[in-house]
Amino acid sequence: MGIFILRRLGVMLLTALCLTFIVFWLTNLYPNLEKLAKTQGNFRMSDEAVASFLGDRGYLQPMPVKFGQWLGVMPGWVTEKEDGKTFGRCFEEGTPEADRPTRCGIIQGDWGFSTVFKDEVGSTVATRLALTGKLMLCVLLLMVPSALIVGVLAGMREGSKLDRSLSTFSIATTATPEYVSGVIFIAVLASSKFGLSPLLAEWGWIDGKTLFLGSATSAMADATFWNFFLPVLTISLYGMGYIARMTRASMAEVMTAQYIRTARLKGVKFSDIVLKHALRNALIAPFTVIMLQIPWLLNGVVIVETLFNYKGFGWLLVQAASNNDIELLLAVSVVSVVVVLVTQLISDIGYVYLNPRIRIS
Amino acid sequence: MEPLTWTGSLSGLNFIFLIVLGLLALSVVLSILASLVPSSGARAVSADGTLAADKGAVGFINMITGYLFYALIALILVYLIAGIFIGTGAGIFGGMARQFLPVWVALIITFVVSITYKRKLGLYGKLFDSTVGMIGFAIVMFWVFTGVFGGVFDWIITHDSLSQVSGMKNKLPGTPLRGAEEGDYQWFLLGGDNLARDVFSRLIKGSWVVVQIAPMATLFAFMVGITLGLPAGYYSGRLDTILSFLANLILAFPVILLFYLLVTPEIVLTGIPNYMAVFLFIFPIIFVAILLNSRYYTQPSLRTPLLIVVLGVLGWLYLSLISSNGAIVAAENYTIPGLPTFLDGFDIDSGILVVFVSVVFVNSPTVFRIVRGLALDIKTRDYVAAAQTRGEGPWYIMLWEILPNARGPLIVDFCLRIGYTTILLGTLGFFGLGLESESPDWGSTINAGRRLLSLYPHAAIAPALALLSLVLGLNLLADGLREESLRD
Repeated sequence: MGIFILRRLGVMLLTALCLTFIVFWLTNLYPNLEKLAKTQGNFRMSDEAVASFLGDRGYLQPMPVKFGQWLGVMPGWVTEKEDGKTFGRCFEEGTPEADRPTRCGIIQGDWGFSTVFKDEVGSTVATRLALTGKLMLCVLLLMVPSALIVGVLAGMREGSKLDRSLSTFSIATTATPEYVSGVIFIAVLASSKFGLSPLLAEWGWIDGKTLFLGSATSAMADATFWNFFLPVLTISLYGMGYIARMTRASMAEVMTAQYIRTARLKGVKFSDIVLKHALRNALIAPFTVIMLQIPWLLNGVVIVETLFNYKGFGWLLVQAASNNDIELLLAVSVVSVVVVLVTQLISDIGYVYLNPRIRIS
Repeated sequence: MEPLTWTGSLSGLNFIFLIVLGLLALSVVLSILASLVPSSGARAVSADGTLAADKGAVGFINMITGYLFYALIALILVYLIAGIFIGTGAGIFGGMARQFLPVWVALIITFVVSITYKRKLGLYGKLFDSTVGMIGFAIVMFWVFTGVFGGVFDWIITHDSLSQVSGMKNKLPGTPLRGAEEGDYQWFLLGGDNLARDVFSRLIKGSWVVVQIAPMATLFAFMVGITLGLPAGYYSGRLDTILSFLANLILAFPVILLFYLLVTPEIVLTGIPNYMAVFLFIFPIIFVAILLNSRYYTQPSLRTPLLIVVLGVLGWLYLSLISSNGAIVAAENYTIPGLPTFLDGFDIDSGILVVFVSVVFVNSPTVFRIVRGLALDIKTRDYVAAAQTRGEGPWYIMLWEILPNARGPLIVDFCLRIGYTTILLGTLGFFGLGLESESPDWGSTINAGRRLLSLYPHAAIAPALALLSLVLGLNLLADGLREESLRD
């Protein structure tokens, strides 16, 4: 087990390094840098001015050198201008020579400076990540139990009416991407002119104008059911169908096993068979699926945060990518890649740990 | 002119329709509840040796549900057929039903022909034994025919999808066209969007974008995945380790981040998508070449001309696909010359090419993993050992022994993956990546419509429902195919 985890960790580190290098390479291509120079300096810069702007700031060094500096394993660049001013990657102009650190990269905890938010990248990402963490937590709390219940109910009597209705429901949810269900939810539940809200308001069933709020901006500070439920529901629905289908398949397989038959012949109550005998074995496969679903939730988060204007991590990704904020984008991609890899690792280890047939052999 | 209502002169039927719908929902819920309660009556023995009751009160409720379902279908047919005959007299639905007339005709012909000959059509014919599969197939073919008739022949659309009509901005569905001339279609059936364009016509044109790109992109992803996945699974060892590592690398990328990195104009300028096109689109040629060569290399007199013709055509298609204006890659400071313009069969719009490439790129690692898993499983079978003993080459075994026996899961996954590709295309449009902003594809339209969502939802709801129905149809189709292929 220890060697297995160590080997997985090694592969994970290698993958993370490769991926960050790819992102680094793509964001540091010359057209991107040129755009950066023009947005930072001014839009009518000549080509020479762009080149000297970039050269002064260390952007024109070879790619591996830049990557090493960003990681913090190579000394950061230092530029001495003709007028004697010296500045570098790790220190501002006018820092005394003794206070200048040689290396500053993500190993040293320096994630760089965001050009869009005019702030340290590290703290920006941390705040946004906390907001998305809140969203994800709510999503998991809603999605996992309901998906498991739907799956177990559908799988315990394969082919029954209940199974067919629930399976159709899960197929329908997997066929509804977030941007479709979100749009439908807003139009039906959160519009003051269309859908259910005007009706309910007329009957006096709801206090406000709408049943739910179509924008989650206010939920960043203070999340209530009214302003936070729609985004959570939108993300949950898409992921739910898949987990439910996997649970159903696993449950249906377990229900045909010999030991379930034995239990039934002994005369154990059906509810006891489902809860005490079948459930434990049926939940091994969904566990992996749930862990592997988290990277997909990240996609949903980006869409939903854009749609509902909730300024979390996904919104940050869109801002960084569309405004060419290189260091912010790098930090965002490192975080998302780490999330993906860690969930993969947990799902592998969890699968081995939960499944006695693999654990013992 | 009066604005259209949804059902026009058939509005008397709406009450009946709602009652039937309500009763159906009620009876479905009742029958689910009833199935939880054990009851006496005739009992059927199921596979695990248990007994299940299916008559009595439960059977009665189920019978009612069945009749109500047929009644609902009949009512929908009444709406459709009346709409076809009296057009907009039957409201917006009637108008749409008449506009879709070519699609109905094509659908009926497809179904009649397929059901007549279903025993001779293999897996495709078996699809017509499963209700779910038929429903899915009907929905999918509906959009395919809509895309082809509307996109190629301009049949279904009522107005130009790009022209703006003054006074029609954000108008509700069924608004009469302001200043309509004699020959014009008199209404905006599904209203106008925020640039005063006809939502209905844009919906139809948008289906063509999806119908064009999604199946092709999925097919290319399958070619890449199969060509790399078969040897990875068959040979295992170091090749498998390297290829699997690369596939996991791409899979670990969040899709949206990858899109943002690949589809921005700056990256397009560097020509990276073109290089990726050159790399990814060569796989179908390799695939076909190996496929034919491994089968016919013992008969050189047949193999050589066959390969020359097939590869010639494919090579020309490949070069036409990747080169535009006589260049394969046209970066800022250098160009790689490609097929000269006069030989260039067709030009793909560069935005569409980039979208196409990135969708193929995102999909192929998953296909690779599936094919690899299947190959690992199938290579231990007896018929593979028999082929090895006969002295067949490894590529023959992979492509003519393993691949045909993996076709069931692959076909099912193909359908699911087209749906997933449709979702990805919508995602790209939703973030305004790749395609132009006036492009009528569903993702871009949803993106344009979502800003005024709480005031004028129709502009975003229409493409959202369209996308939902297409993906749902593909999922149902895959489900039906899975059921039928398991039955073999």
